[in-house]
Amino acid sequence: MSSDPWIWVGALLTLMIFSFLYKDNPFYKFGEHLFVGVANGYYIVFYWHNSLRPNLFEPLGAGEFIYLVPLLLGLMYFTRFIPKVSWLVRIPIGFMIGWGAGLSIPALFQAEVLRQLEGTVVAPSSFTNPMSGIWSLIILVGVICTLIYFFFSKEHKGILGHTSRIGIIFIMIGFGASFGYTVMARVSLLIGRIQFLLGPWLGLID
Amino acid sequence: MSFLFFHCLPVTFSFVLPATSSASSPGDVKAMDKPNDAGSAIQIFWTRASNDSLVENYVIMRKAATDPSYQRIGSTAGGVSTFEDDGVTDGTTYTYLVASLIKGMQYPSEQSNNVTSKPQLFHTGRINVLAALITFTLLLAYFVYKARSGKNLYIRQIAGLAAVEEAVGRATEMGRPILYVPGLGDIDWTATIASMNILGEVAKKIALYDTELIVPNTWSVVYTVSKEVVKESFMSEGRPEKFKEDYVRYVTEAQFGFAAAVNGIMIREKPATNFFVGKFWAESLIMAETGAQTGAFQIAGTDSVLQLPFFVTACDYTLMGEELYAASAYLSREPVLLGSLKAQDYGKLMSLIILGGLSILAFLRIDLLYLLKVQ
Repeated sequence: MSSDPWIWVGALLTLMIFSFLYKDNPFYKFGEHLFVGVANGYYIVFYWHNSLRPNLFEPLGAGEFIYLVPLLLGLMYFTRFIPKVSWLVRIPIGFMIGWGAGLSIPALFQAEVLRQLEGTVVAPSSFTNPMSGIWSLIILVGVICTLIYFFFSKEHKGILGHTSRIGIIFIMIGFGASFGYTVMARVSLLIGRIQFLLGPWLGLID
Repeated sequence: MSFLFFHCLPVTFSFVLPATSSASSPGDVKAMDKPNDAGSAIQIFWTRASNDSLVENYVIMRKAATDPSYQRIGSTAGGVSTFEDDGVTDGTTYTYLVASLIKGMQYPSEQSNNVTSKPQLFHTGRINVLAALITFTLLLAYFVYKARSGKNLYIRQIAGLAAVEEAVGRATEMGRPILYVPGLGDIDWTATIASMNILGEVAKKIALYDTELIVPNTWSVVYTVSKEVVKESFMSEGRPEKFKEDYVRYVTEAQFGFAAAVNGIMIREKPATNFFVGKFWAESLIMAETGAQTGAFQIAGTDSVLQLPFFVTACDYTLMGEELYAASAYLSREPVLLGSLKAQDYGKLMSLIILGGLSILAFLRIDLLYLLKVQ
């Protein structure tokens, strides 16, 4: 059994969180609140050292006064606490949403529309061997049927109904594969925690 | 000897340029400004030495017009014939030498052409992205105009959304709150923006039904937006006095700290209905499973493909992918949202035509696939 007090802290906190599997209890509540509190404290320090100081205050200190603009936008968030001028908070929010949309929309068109279409088109070169050709065709059919499933302008009846049903089958097969893959990853996380409890804490395994 | 031998160690070289190159020297060194970039980069191309298989490295040297001599700036393995110099100053004229390194000896090429780097305002390799954006914007403008002029734009029923009214009513009847988790994405995630639209509509129903609401947040900006959205919904329904400041709460940015806190809320405050709408990662199953155990009616919506299976298995209704974006239009019937949904549908129709059309043309030996290529 470990003599390191920090290993004990880690092990006891792990068990406190695991105790939720039985039911909500004071140990879980303690672990949960400690986690939230520590995380918030950590992020305040993290953002000071990794964002505010190097990206705002240091450039300002060096005389780069253009950084007054983000400082002003940031300070506008605090106008929420002054009812008379609380409407000012909408300016940085609008800036953030506009910036986010402007940045992501062309990138999405590029990565998730044009490149996906390019990769899905079936050409004679897809048939370098028969199996790769068949898989390419299956992908093409899957993409077409799935796109039709997400068509909202028409009722899913007739040919649209049939193809969208095939689409949902493709989607569910994809979900099944994804489910299995992710469960494996979660189980490996659990194994990591159990190894920590049995190894560094209890010393039962190397 | 017509060329100068020198070892690879010196960083600065001062020598007479070779009159002619040897079989061991790279040839035809050309330098050009890197196209479609933000400047400060030059591409160098050369013909490999005829005994390239013996070349250990090609050493690249650069000289600005004002420099007295060439300086080594990098190297590549043998068999390579390009190099990108991203350490140049825009507007300065440079020339380059490439030397092959064979058994510790360097065989330099003749100097390259003069070259100057500069930024390009327009990326010519992405004209197709621009064309797609313009097409989509025109479709959007057209359908928004149609929706605003009173034209009824049809949207098929989406099962999860038809249940929103039922979900709010259930919580009211049970006298228990509604939990709305807007995901763990920041405000610049499309799914979070969609979630805010849906939150607005859900909050309007909550204001009418006089039900309690809990909106835990993981990002400070999303927290601020959520609060504004809920407050505005209560105002638009004429019940601003019913809005409570602690409806919308900030929890933490820590992913699993947030999941632990939401689990605690579900167990202790026992919401009758849980909404999980937005961007989710590994915490999705933890929260949805806990919600299922408490017996809450659950509606989820996300475009996180890896998390959708967990929501599908643990929730009563799940909005998958684009259904999430369609949801806000469906619920609000806002002309802008309806128009954008219609434009998306026509965008999908165009994608189908492109997919089918280019595949058929490819088999007719008409290759138009290059139209989709993006640099």
